[in-house]
Amino acid sequence: MKTDDLVAALAAGVEPVSQGLVSRRLGQALLLALPVSVAIMVLGYGVRPDLREAMVLPMFWVKLLFPLAVGLAGLVAVHRLARPGVDLGGGAVAAVVPVLLLWGLSALVWWGAAPEERSAMLWGQTWQACVFNIALMAGPLLLAVLLVLKGMAPTRPAWAGAAAGALAGGGGAAVYALHCPELAAPFLAVWYVAGIALVTAVGALAGARCLRW
Amino acid sequence: MRTSDAESVLRALFLQGLDGDAVAYRRFLGALSAHLRAYLGKHLFGWPDEVEDLVQECLLAMHNQRHTYQRTQPLTAWVHAIARYKMIDLLRAKAGREALHDPLDDAQDLFSHSDTESRDALRDLDGLLATLPERQRLPIVHVKLEGLSVAETAQRTGMSESAVKVGIHRGLKALAARIKGKP
Repeated sequence: MKTDDLVAALAAGVEPVSQGLVSRRLGQALLLALPVSVAIMVLGYGVRPDLREAMVLPMFWVKLLFPLAVGLAGLVAVHRLARPGVDLGGGAVAAVVPVLLLWGLSALVWWGAAPEERSAMLWGQTWQACVFNIALMAGPLLLAVLLVLKGMAPTRPAWAGAAAGALAGGGGAAVYALHCPELAAPFLAVWYVAGIALVTAVGALAGARCLRW
Repeated sequence: MRTSDAESVLRALFLQGLDGDAVAYRRFLGALSAHLRAYLGKHLFGWPDEVEDLVQECLLAMHNQRHTYQRTQPLTAWVHAIARYKMIDLLRAKAGREALHDPLDDAQDLFSHSDTESRDALRDLDGLLATLPERQRLPIVHVKLEGLSVAETAQRTGMSESAVKVGIHRGLKALAARIKGKP
């Protein structure tokens, strides 16, 4: 086929393209997947019974807002990396800043605590389950966002997958925070960060394999 | 034509095309293919036979992914990112990354040259088209190659109008996927 014929064929009867499709698809995917994550948390684990009391504690909000900030940075990055020729900008930095802030806070708490209190702050009661649970809550989000990206044109598939992983990991950790009884900063600094990092790494691997076009 | 002029002319045509103006879109794709041919030809001087194949692959990819263009974004950046992605893919398949002796971050060059002589590609797009299932192939043949309307195609094939549109959309994506499968 000559290229001119292909040009004529592609132009023939071309349909209008609606604006803002990337944002709309991402919005729909999150609206579908987030309730699934919440349902897994509520039905499989249960919202922590003392949620009302916990809500007056500053650390509860740190635990909720830190992963949400990472997730939001992931969302912005997905949005950009889904489209050819749009730079990531400060996207990677925006995802790392909340982690650094949490690490800073956790270092202060750690050095301020008596040595015999430290091990409880680090291991809590649930460290064995934490990373797995965050990954489980993140699963539906990661799948949904990767499916959206599959219909887009990421020219850096591994990075786009990692951004999807940060979005899903942050969102999943925020959902899990409504169940999780831990409130110590060092616990969050290690186990929550590890959970989100795991999902980000899975996203990057999946992106490199499945998002090529 | 200066690069900035080419950018604004091409961008205006592309935006009209995104709103469904087939005439403007055809002019856009025609001019775009000439720029792509010059640009890819410059980078693929080692494999002149591959240039037209890659021009066609890029055109098909840009058509299929045109919903990812953000209307406020420079068109050059979008076109260059796709052309570069497809070219790296080809070079990887051909000879690994060491073949990439020149850096490909020359977006500003893309619209500064153009080569309007349309050539035959080595790859047999018609042959690939023939491998698509009927519900994708017939809509593409009637609407895209024979120039019938969606309504006429629906009547002739007994498909619904939306099935014709879906068939075209999915068929062109499948075609792009098959190109990728058979380098």
